[in-house]
Amino acid sequence: MSQKLRQFSKNQIFWPLMVLLAILLANGIVSGGSFFEMRIVDGHLYGRLIDILRNGSKLMVLAIGITMALATGGTDISVGSVMAISGAVACSIVDGRLLPGASGNVAVAVVLALLAGVLCGLWNGVLIAKVKIQPIVATMILMVAGRGIAQLITEGKIVTINSDAYYFINGGYILGLPFPLFIVAFAFVLVMLFTRKTAFGLFIEAIGVNSVSSRFTGIKVDRIKLMIYTFSGLMAAVAGLIESAGIKGADCNNAGLLIELDAILSVAIGGTSLFGGRFSIPASVIGALIIQSISTSVLAMGVAPEVTLVVKSLIVVVICLVQSKKFKETIAGKFSRRAVKEA
Amino acid sequence: MDTQEKLLEMEHITKKFPGVVALRDVQFALRRGEIHALLGENGAGKSTLIKVLTGVFERDGGDIFLEGRAVSPQSPQAAQNMGISTVYQEVNLCPNLSVAENVYIGREPGSAGRIDWKTINRKAAELLSRFDLHIDVTQNLDRYSVAVQQMVAIARAVDISAKVLILDEPTSSLTAVEVRKLFEIMRMLKARGMGIIFVTHFLDQVYEVSDTITVLRGGEYVCSSPTAELPKMQLVARMIGKEYEDLESRPSSSLADRGKRDLFLRLQGAASAQISHVDIDIQKGEVLGFSGLLGSGRSEIARLIFGVDPIVTGGLEIGGRKTAVKEPITAMRAGIGFCPENRKSEGIVGELSVRENIMLALQAKQGMLRAMSRRQSEKLADEYIEALSIKTPSREQSIHNLSGGNQQKVILARWLATAPDLLMLDEPTRGIDIGTKAEIQKLVTKLAGEGMSLVFISSEVDEMVRCCGRMVILRDKKLVGELTGEEISEDMIVKYMAGGEQFEPKTETIQ
Ligand SMILES: Nc1ncnc2c1ncn2[C@@H]1O[C@H](COP(=O)(O)OP(=O)(O)OP(=O)(O)O)[C@@H](O)[C@H]1O
Ligand SMILES: [Mg+2]
Repeated sequence: MSQKLRQFSKNQIFWPLMVLLAILLANGIVSGGSFFEMRIVDGHLYGRLIDILRNGSKLMVLAIGITMALATGGTDISVGSVMAISGAVACSIVDGRLLPGASGNVAVAVVLALLAGVLCGLWNGVLIAKVKIQPIVATMILMVAGRGIAQLITEGKIVTINSDAYYFINGGYILGLPFPLFIVAFAFVLVMLFTRKTAFGLFIEAIGVNSVSSRFTGIKVDRIKLMIYTFSGLMAAVAGLIESAGIKGADCNNAGLLIELDAILSVAIGGTSLFGGRFSIPASVIGALIIQSISTSVLAMGVAPEVTLVVKSLIVVVICLVQSKKFKETIAGKFSRRAVKEA
Repeated sequence: MDTQEKLLEMEHITKKFPGVVALRDVQFALRRGEIHALLGENGAGKSTLIKVLTGVFERDGGDIFLEGRAVSPQSPQAAQNMGISTVYQEVNLCPNLSVAENVYIGREPGSAGRIDWKTINRKAAELLSRFDLHIDVTQNLDRYSVAVQQMVAIARAVDISAKVLILDEPTSSLTAVEVRKLFEIMRMLKARGMGIIFVTHFLDQVYEVSDTITVLRGGEYVCSSPTAELPKMQLVARMIGKEYEDLESRPSSSLADRGKRDLFLRLQGAASAQISHVDIDIQKGEVLGFSGLLGSGRSEIARLIFGVDPIVTGGLEIGGRKTAVKEPITAMRAGIGFCPENRKSEGIVGELSVRENIMLALQAKQGMLRAMSRRQSEKLADEYIEALSIKTPSREQSIHNLSGGNQQKVILARWLATAPDLLMLDEPTRGIDIGTKAEIQKLVTKLAGEGMSLVFISSEVDEMVRCCGRMVILRDKKLVGELTGEEISEDMIVKYMAGGEQFEPKTETIQ
């Protein structure tokens, strides 16, 4: 038993999970237990934890997509803008200003929004894998241009929509649980299967560690990068749908603003090195939940909004310290030395 | 031994890694004006001893005295400041900086924060020309081959006026001419009173240049003795811990059976950006050698066949069929494997495990969707760890924690695992110890006997003579000769390589 526990403590998700539990526990104590309360209303589950899960779903989806880009030593800072594009496409179609022929069909809107995300990702992938532009520069192009494109789609207006079917993407419930959670679960399972049951995961890690050697072993480095960025674009489009369904419209200027930073941070908190190499999707998902619960709890504790960001960054510093191998070794060294002295 | 003369002493040195005791109670003493060979099998602990001495690793026990004073350098920079200048086994210069910058990084001439580029470039060029290396020092280092990089690293270390100079396998990818140059310089430094630690697997070089030998085995000190008093057979016995018989024998089947064979691969007037117009036929079941000096184009041909540098003009036929090889994977699917010369940047995938490194090429060849199961890959890894006696605490050890020679074996295993029809080996025995080297040479002959074609590239002429059934010789990126069977001899190769009478290189006087 303790053997298994020790094994688990070496797993990449161990520390992120501990941090998440600690944050939740702290919340529970500060709130006097009300934090963990759950109510069932009309067969739907409500409560703080559910809020965190629902509000964190965008970030979880983004983290799932971006983890692999980071694992190859690249990055994708265009996801926020791609969210805006996806929301703009979907809402404009539901609204009827785009493709009036589709007469506000939600299914058509969703499919075309996802397609837009795939195209954006493909564009990034081509710039990175074929034209060989540095990932941060390549994706910066779409990060900047993307909001402009979204504005063009909505003709520069904030589009508000009225469609219960579309609202369902964020606010719906299945089996008492919020619908976005099912989206996250679906994306998660899909990616886990694909990276574990094929050699995709191994190849990504090889590329992240040494892309030249990887090419020499016959890995199609370019094609894998193309797939990764395309997938990241798709995940950003999904997040864009969730967000726009939440605010019941498309706001090109603010949709997904700066969320790419939170997404990258989620992956880093999950312990995947931004230099590339070993990665863990579950750890990134937990990283996203950590960020979401920090945001939620800082608000809940009544900290003034101006201070929120400071508190958030302080917590992040602590988490990064806990993650740092050197720090852990130093602490462990101190303890064992003390133990030796006492003995 | 006069204590006055003792420059450096290490006593009771111990270093542990998870799962491995790399050094156990090791001692080592270096005198002024001495070239001291540090020898042992792959994984014996030579590099670790050097890294402990120069502050790369923290030691777990023992003392180090430099000129009688106890020292504990905390970093290579600190060691350098104390007067210990080192060339590590894996050249760790900055590939994206120019050659001149690499020579002077961390000690740039100039004043008040201004760097005097003119002086740097001029001095670097001067320094390198002492090694007969006439290259453009303003170009990025990664434009040049491993051997040139190795020379640059050596030149840099030599130029730092130090008390102790450490060279960890400096000659592993150099040809005879450069080695001679290096030895000249080492002797000159020795005459100035510098102490030099020299790690190598080439015993001939040990006898040519060293004064004293220290042998390590399995992380333990075995013996120390003046070179003249330790004959070669005894030395080898000390290194491997048992008698060793057939070092010199030529693998039996390499000369036999040289009848008409089927053609496997034909290059016709092929050219890449690096090399132009090559015509080469490779037959089934032969060991074909590519010989030549540094930059002669021997690796470039292999890279062209493997699709690393795409063919611009000319044709490539594999098994009688015209094939367009644009990427390594295309070549692999056509039955070709390539073990490249530059282990660190083109071979190993550092943080991945030994198991993953071995399975990688086979997995890529099978295709991404047909993943090998964990059990299959473990079986594969165990098989090769056993077959090539790879020294590692477990198959899950990261490959960058293995000793240099053992990393090389893992890369070799990776390509053997793909069971190619043509295997191209570029310096496959680089950094590999004497016993294993003979094993690999035997393996090459055996594989050829089983019908595999092999291309063998090595800077070590006697190894080429021993392994190859046929050999093409290159000079200045052109084929200048071909030798078959009994014609292959060290003299003939050297003559062709250097271009007949020009063989004696112009030597510049060293002040
Ligand atoms: N960073 C490390 N982590 C774990 N084990 C290591 C590390 N560095 C070296 N070792 C182990 O220590 C032992 C000695 O390695 P070392 O590199 O000193 O050998 P070496 O004598 O230089 O061999 P070679 O001739 O192959 O270069 C090996 O078994 C190796 O696996
Ligand atoms: Mg070594």
